Amino acid sequence: MTTERIASPPAVSPACATCSMANLANLRKLGINMEDADYVVALAGNPNVGKSTVFNAVTGLRQHTGNWPGKTVGRAEGGFEYAGRRYKIVDLPGTYSLLSTSLDEEIARNFILFGRPDVTVVVADATRLERNLNLVLQVLEITDRAVVCVNLIDEARRLGLTVDERRLARDLGVPVVLTAARQGEGIPQLLQMIDEVATGKFVCRPRRLQNEPPALKQAVATLTAQLTAAYPGLPNARWVALRLLDGDERMVQALRSGELLELAQAGPTSGPAQPMLQLEAAQ
Amino acid sequence: MSTPTTPAVNDILKTAESLRWQVGGAFHENLMEALYTEAAQIADRAVARPDKPPRFDLDRTLDHILTSRRWGFPVMLALLAIVFWITISGANVPSSLLSQLLLDTIHPFLKSLAAAIGLPWWLSGFLLDGVYLATAWVVSVMLPPMAIFFPLFTLLEDFGYLPRVAFNLDNTFRRVGAHGKQALTMSMGFGCNAAGVVATRIIDSPRERLIAIITNNFSLCNGRWPTQILIASIFIGALAPAPLAGLVSALGVMVIALLGVFLAFAVSWGLSRTVLRGEVSTFHLELPPYRPPRILQTIYTSLIDRTLIVLWRAVTFAAPAGAVIWLSANLVIGGASVAEHLIRFLDPFGLLIGLNGVILVAYIVAIPANEIVIPTVLMLTTLMIGATDVGAGAGVMFELESEADVLALLQAGGWTLLTAVNLMLFSLIHNPCSTTIYTIYKETGSKKWTAVAALLPVAMGFTVTFLVAQIWRLIAGILAG
Repeated sequence: MTTERIASPPAVSPACATCSMANLANLRKLGINMEDADYVVALAGNPNVGKSTVFNAVTGLRQHTGNWPGKTVGRAEGGFEYAGRRYKIVDLPGTYSLLSTSLDEEIARNFILFGRPDVTVVVADATRLERNLNLVLQVLEITDRAVVCVNLIDEARRLGLTVDERRLARDLGVPVVLTAARQGEGIPQLLQMIDEVATGKFVCRPRRLQNEPPALKQAVATLTAQLTAAYPGLPNARWVALRLLDGDERMVQALRSGELLELAQAGPTSGPAQPMLQLEAAQ
Repeated sequence: MSTPTTPAVNDILKTAESLRWQVGGAFHENLMEALYTEAAQIADRAVARPDKPPRFDLDRTLDHILTSRRWGFPVMLALLAIVFWITISGANVPSSLLSQLLLDTIHPFLKSLAAAIGLPWWLSGFLLDGVYLATAWVVSVMLPPMAIFFPLFTLLEDFGYLPRVAFNLDNTFRRVGAHGKQALTMSMGFGCNAAGVVATRIIDSPRERLIAIITNNFSLCNGRWPTQILIASIFIGALAPAPLAGLVSALGVMVIALLGVFLAFAVSWGLSRTVLRGEVSTFHLELPPYRPPRILQTIYTSLIDRTLIVLWRAVTFAAPAGAVIWLSANLVIGGASVAEHLIRFLDPFGLLIGLNGVILVAYIVAIPANEIVIPTVLMLTTLMIGATDVGAGAGVMFELESEADVLALLQAGGWTLLTAVNLMLFSLIHNPCSTTIYTIYKETGSKKWTAVAALLPVAMGFTVTFLVAQIWRLIAGILAG
């Protein structure tokens, strides 16, 4: 009984679950061939939750994986084709938050913010969901288009944990897929949800932080209003406000240099892949 | 769409500044707390836990042993010794099979083929005795140990042992003023120093990152393992009776590897007390769950991704190096070949530090890749002792089927146990390969620090080998007299 593979249907999809299984036939692993990508997918998550394993599963590449946090320090890129649409997927360094200053966190944060991916997949460890949700919530502050991939579900099962992905999806406002990427379980559903969010078939209503103290809430609201007035169409004004209040030098710089302006002018919907800013090399 | 002007930007920044004052210093903490609370609530609703925790927690039990104060280090050393021992004793047989095939069978066949189609002697010498032999030698020496060592190392990595090593070493790193994550970058360096240098990106503080970059070279890399393993098997293993030879050679290699770790600590300590002074930063290290390694997949990927890639790199450097050595051995100026001139010139200095001119020339030739040190040494030694009576011409490696043959050759070239020990030491302590130097430059963006990282180890290597040679000779003198 325990060896039975549980093909959990995509959480919020109204479509029949069996279709997604059939959809694996729609996957073509493109390896490092990512020319003319229609959409860009970012792969974020805590260290050592299996981002590179997910990356390898969909691209057919063999990015080196290892059981230790901090393995991926640069960003690896690859491609896949799903249902006739070409995707470029970027494996970001694992980070516990997006609020601090080390180089690997900055690479991840800058890519999600300024690289404007069409979908950000946040990979989370099912056995450590609470800590992983910190990052999920931070990512949802930045972007509207996200899919949460609760990975290592096989390990969670081994520990006797069950994860209610429908409940989680309702709370977070974005699709949630349970996967065991090492075994390939759940990858078809993940691909389908990425596709639905990228093409706009699924519209995310991501949860925003609600628990902050009143004084903080007030300050964020004021600054957000001012930012929205100056930059109409800025997709993540609230997050920019949070960073400015935190005294983030990188954000102040983005404001001064006009980087934020470009972001605002691109508008909230990015559609086909935009040229990405080269933000990788920090000194 | 309106374009915000500089005044608008300044306005926003001013508002942010004043609001930050109003909210007070605890902004970051408040935000984090809100995040944590929210995450806890959501996770609580979504995750159902078993009523009673499992009675036996394997992960915790393992961690209890692997990271314990008493057993952590002994287990670490034992694992290291076992890995080396398996590598050394397992590599012997396939190594000699490969060299029989590539050097004894294919090379004479190619030579006779060349003679049959009337290839001029210089062309067949250049191609077959230079390019082919160097490449074949690299393959037969390097492939078997790498094909055993990498999968073993990757299995440990896959299992989740590396973070435990970092955990064990964290305290020591902190005491020498370095970052605990340096243990991870150091482990990466055991595979490849260039990769280790890139891995230092996980260290946030620039000061500690520089320390990690400069000291990464003290992790023995791919290119240097074969040198250590071969020299240890020939000279150190020979000191022990035959049944123990493998174990003794493994211990010899382990001592050198541990000396590297010790030097990494010592140099980190020195740097953090002098030019790179500063606070030690704290960090979270998550000990990931142990995962049963996928053995077949690991063996496959580490063979394809690591072994073959490293081997290919060695071959691409060995082929031109073989050509250069053959040319330098056959270009005669004033009665002696170019190589002989160079070796004679470096010999006095080499002997002073317990090495010889051949080894120093080999290290100059091997700046692009450490992998070709041993083949170069063998070719040049052959040249110097004039062992050309096998009719192969100058600068040709004759067929070395067994370690005994290599030993005989090297002894004819004036090698002693001191030469072997100092070669192992110098192989550990010398400049990083050119790829690593370039990576250091890219990562630090500083010519000054790149120069420090490149030159400091060479200076240290000369000092250490010089001291060892003097003390060795002193003791030998006392014992003899």
